[in-house]
Amino acid sequence: MQLKLETRAEPSRLMGWLAPLFAAVLTLIAGFILFSALGRNPVQAFYTFFVYPIRDLNGVAELLLKASPLMLIAVGLACGYRANVWNIGAEGQLTLGAIFAGGVALYFYNSESPLVLPLMIVAGAIGGMLWAAIPAFLRTRFNTSEILTSLMLVYVAVLLLSYLVHGPWRDPQGFNFPQSRQFTESALYPMLISGTRLNASFLLSIAAIAVGYLFLNRSFLGFQMRVAGQADAAARYAGFDARRMVWLGLLIGGATAGLAGVGEVAGPIGQLLPSVSPGYGFAAIIVAFVGRLHPVGILLASLLMSLLYLGGEAAQMGLNLPSAITGLFQGMLLFFLLGSDVFINYQLKLVRASAPAAVAPLGATS
Amino acid sequence: MPTAMQAATPTSPRIELRGITKIYPSVVANKDISLSVMPGEIHAVLGENGAGKSTLMKIVYGVVKPDAGEMRWEGQPVVVANPAHARELGVGMVFQHFSLFETLTVVENVVLALPGKPPLGPLAQRITEVSERYGLPVDPRRLVHSLSVGERQRVEIIRCLLVNPKLLIMDEPTSVLTPQAVRKLFETLRQLASEGCSILYISHKLDEIQELCTGATVLRAGQVTGHCDPRQETPKTMARMMIGKDLPHPQHGAPNVREPRLVLAGLSRASPDPFGTDLQDMHLSVHAGEIVGIAGVSGNGQQELLAAISGEEPLTEKHPILLCGEEAGRMEPGARRALGLCFVPEERLGRGAVPRMSLADNALLTAHRQGYVKNGLVRFAAVEAFARQCIDGYNVKCGGPQAEAKSLSGGNLQKFIVGREMLQQPKVLVVAQPTWGVDVGAAAFIRQKIIDLRNEGVAILVVSEELDELFEISDRLVVIAKGRLSPAKPIKETNVEEIGVWMSGMWPDAGDAEHRSPAHEEAHHATQA
Repeated sequence: MQLKLETRAEPSRLMGWLAPLFAAVLTLIAGFILFSALGRNPVQAFYTFFVYPIRDLNGVAELLLKASPLMLIAVGLACGYRANVWNIGAEGQLTLGAIFAGGVALYFYNSESPLVLPLMIVAGAIGGMLWAAIPAFLRTRFNTSEILTSLMLVYVAVLLLSYLVHGPWRDPQGFNFPQSRQFTESALYPMLISGTRLNASFLLSIAAIAVGYLFLNRSFLGFQMRVAGQADAAARYAGFDARRMVWLGLLIGGATAGLAGVGEVAGPIGQLLPSVSPGYGFAAIIVAFVGRLHPVGILLASLLMSLLYLGGEAAQMGLNLPSAITGLFQGMLLFFLLGSDVFINYQLKLVRASAPAAVAPLGATS
Repeated sequence: MPTAMQAATPTSPRIELRGITKIYPSVVANKDISLSVMPGEIHAVLGENGAGKSTLMKIVYGVVKPDAGEMRWEGQPVVVANPAHARELGVGMVFQHFSLFETLTVVENVVLALPGKPPLGPLAQRITEVSERYGLPVDPRRLVHSLSVGERQRVEIIRCLLVNPKLLIMDEPTSVLTPQAVRKLFETLRQLASEGCSILYISHKLDEIQELCTGATVLRAGQVTGHCDPRQETPKTMARMMIGKDLPHPQHGAPNVREPRLVLAGLSRASPDPFGTDLQDMHLSVHAGEIVGIAGVSGNGQQELLAAISGEEPLTEKHPILLCGEEAGRMEPGARRALGLCFVPEERLGRGAVPRMSLADNALLTAHRQGYVKNGLVRFAAVEAFARQCIDGYNVKCGGPQAEAKSLSGGNLQKFIVGREMLQQPKVLVVAQPTWGVDVGAAAFIRQKIIDLRNEGVAILVVSEELDELFEISDRLVVIAKGRLSPAKPIKETNVEEIGVWMSGMWPDAGDAEHRSPAHEEAHHATQA
């Protein structure tokens, strides 16, 4: 008897949706083993990690607050990924969005106009798109891999932000701390639930999920992007402009990442700091894939990923575990998902030891 | 063929297959197949596409392992572990798609396939000897990319002959050859057989099998439907064994030729691909209500010409292509389709259809101009109805409009793509290899549909490597050779011999010394060697 991996006649749709569940369960099991090995009581650790953070309204609000940028970025990235445009640099585009929005907020520092926030939103989206336009230009003009260029630009963006908050945009009354002035009321999102930090940017993310659904699954442009992503020659044959698809894929991702950046600086942070994101731009890549590049899946995956962030923080405080625990759980989730994905195209079969002992091959010198 | 019979008195078959079965998850490729080939026999394996010929040959060559059944080699049971083991036994195989490195020379390509590392000098000498002995002139020092397709096939054959094979498998060898080259190949194969080499000859071309082979095994849907001696059969009786019924013949209506719809007015373009073909000063008019066929050996500029016409590779000038009266040279494919051009490309999966998408999505691919997009959103119900119309009207065997394109057999997908393009009421229809790899029954169906469309007044351009097909459906024929187009000739005023000569580039006024015909070149290199 032996196990054999056999190609399925057609990819299993059921497994497509089950794989993320398998991945989640396997992550939990691995976490169980990990906590045990670290000498912690696994049950208590799990409670601290997964239940404690959302025990009250405030906890749930925090969950949604962290899920908001994740789902927003992931749905934008999914548009590109479906077209085989691999934007890995959402973190940088998020940073540029924060810089642009922060620039607007600081420029209109004394204004109480209700237009400041909308202007910040527009500026943030433009900032993200400009940063994503660089890999798009390089890819369409010089055939450069957008994976590398978008990733490298992340570090440029972070250094740019760092320069601004250490230099020209530093708060004059800030005791030389590298941070900008606190934004005024007109430059902040209104709160959704009083007593929590959940603000109106969450509504923007939910709207993005709805628009993303329409775009990816119902629109002709979304269809064209899927064709371009799956079969180059077919797109050319049908007359779909592949370069346009690359531009679109990167710009959409850049815009949503930029908006997520606005959500941070005009939301919980309320000013510009050297770091405006705990890696949302990278975590959103995992969210997009765990969510199967489908808006509804992304919504659920962003909640899971957000819980991992909160649980990681709680584990640091309550269990005395290092902050790397968050990244570890994120990594395990993606790892197990990719492993489970094998079963979309393959199935495991138990076969009896193959028939009669092979006849000695004639003249074979093995 | 008396020579074949003079081989040493055969005691046991060279190879014998008993009850070979191979089951894939979605299809039974071979079921209980038995056949035997004697030394010196040229044995045909005949069958439609998807009948299981290729799988069976891969089993013999050790690429695929059978699930059940026995193979005997010269009377001894044997399990072929892999192709290297097959070559050790004395099996050589010439694949339909060549496996040569274009940037290496002939001798370098040959040495890669040989065991050990024989020195190149003496090997080149041996290649020359073998090529002279079997009438396969090839210069061992030439780079493969400079060889014609026929010459490349010779390299493949020589590569097999160098190890003195006892069994040579040829997979659809004539699909890339001119009629004259086919005759030369047959002479070589007969000479080999007369020396005792067995040949397994895979083909669906019945007249060739009748001319060449001394035994045949007919496959249908993975099973043997009969053994026969092709010399005692007619193409018609063999076709009946192959498809289970008589072949319908397409009916032409009276021609009703009207205004020109597709005009090439001095189309020239240098190929961006170093191994591609430059198009030179092409002139052609295709009128409403006629079918113009383009004959030629593959790799003579067909791909480049089709990409220029379809707009996948637009030109830098407007005037060389006129589509329904408009200068279309610089237009993108979408703009040309808006003018009424529809196009069936030769690659179905990946170009004509997206493999992982449903048939409905693949219908949307080019038919979206038929009002299936409203306010930027897709009208999925209407698209699905259109897909169903293609499926029903063109007898596409599939699981319905939601079936993935790659789940269809090649022939059924071709029918779907042809249907999709034809149902869009084109003004100009360009079809590349309409029946490539399609079974005989489906091929006849597609040809009839093309003729029906012509009778409705569509201008149709067909590019095909099957001369019989072009003679069957075309009103006029042109030949493409070395990136140039011959003058057009009405089908009634020409014949296979003339077109065959033209296919090597030698038509009246074909021109200057710069464009030597391949035949000349080959002779030239043969004398060099």
